[in-house]
Amino acid sequence: MNLKVLLFASYADALGSDAVALNLGEGATVRDMLGTLRSLPGAASLPPSPLVAVNEHYAGADQVLRAGDEVAVIPPVAGG
Amino acid sequence: MRSALTDRVLDPAALLAEVSASRNGAAIVFVGAVREVNDGRDVTGIDYKAYSAMAERELAAITAEAVERFGTSDIVVEHRLGTLAVGEASVVIAVAHPHRAQAFDAARYVIEELKRRVPVWKREHYADGTREWVDPTGRPQQVVS
Repeated sequence: MNLKVLLFASYADALGSDAVALNLGEGATVRDMLGTLRSLPGAASLPPSPLVAVNEHYAGADQVLRAGDEVAVIPPVAGG
Repeated sequence: MRSALTDRVLDPAALLAEVSASRNGAAIVFVGAVREVNDGRDVTGIDYKAYSAMAERELAAITAEAVERFGTSDIVVEHRLGTLAVGEASVVIAVAHPHRAQAFDAARYVIEELKRRVPVWKREHYADGTREWVDPTGRPQQVVS
């Protein structure tokens, strides 16, 4: 399945884009998505286990992704 | 109860007026502002960026939690986005409650959870012309000059 992954702030700078398209197998998890993301140019500087949100909710590494999910990799937040 | 992200200048007095009611014996306004020095470096401004849809949802969830926990629906939160100068307010939290202890606690709860959960990021501008994303968990992450 094709999945669009949103990137923000320092992660968007690292990969040179605020969104990337990934092709993942059916039943892929958040962990699998991060593994594929990490193979992209610039992604090596991402931390080992960045926060991930799926459909605007924080998600664990084992969460299974589905086609059409809105996936976002979330740098350390710094609001306030 | 209301929460929002906004590109407009924040108005603490307006938020205070919004939560004021004759049932309340206490009102708190917390204002977070851009500080002129961070980590020993002279700061001239900050860009605030958000994952807007999720940040709005998370901020609304935190506000609802505070309403539930502290027993008042008179809570209003606004977070500013965009480029702010030193001294400008980045976040305003207004809470009113019949009693002061719960008003203080609710305001504290909202700001601490906001800083922990709401997907907002800031890029500081320094006096030497450099800019860096702030990582509260460690050192700045990326130099963008």
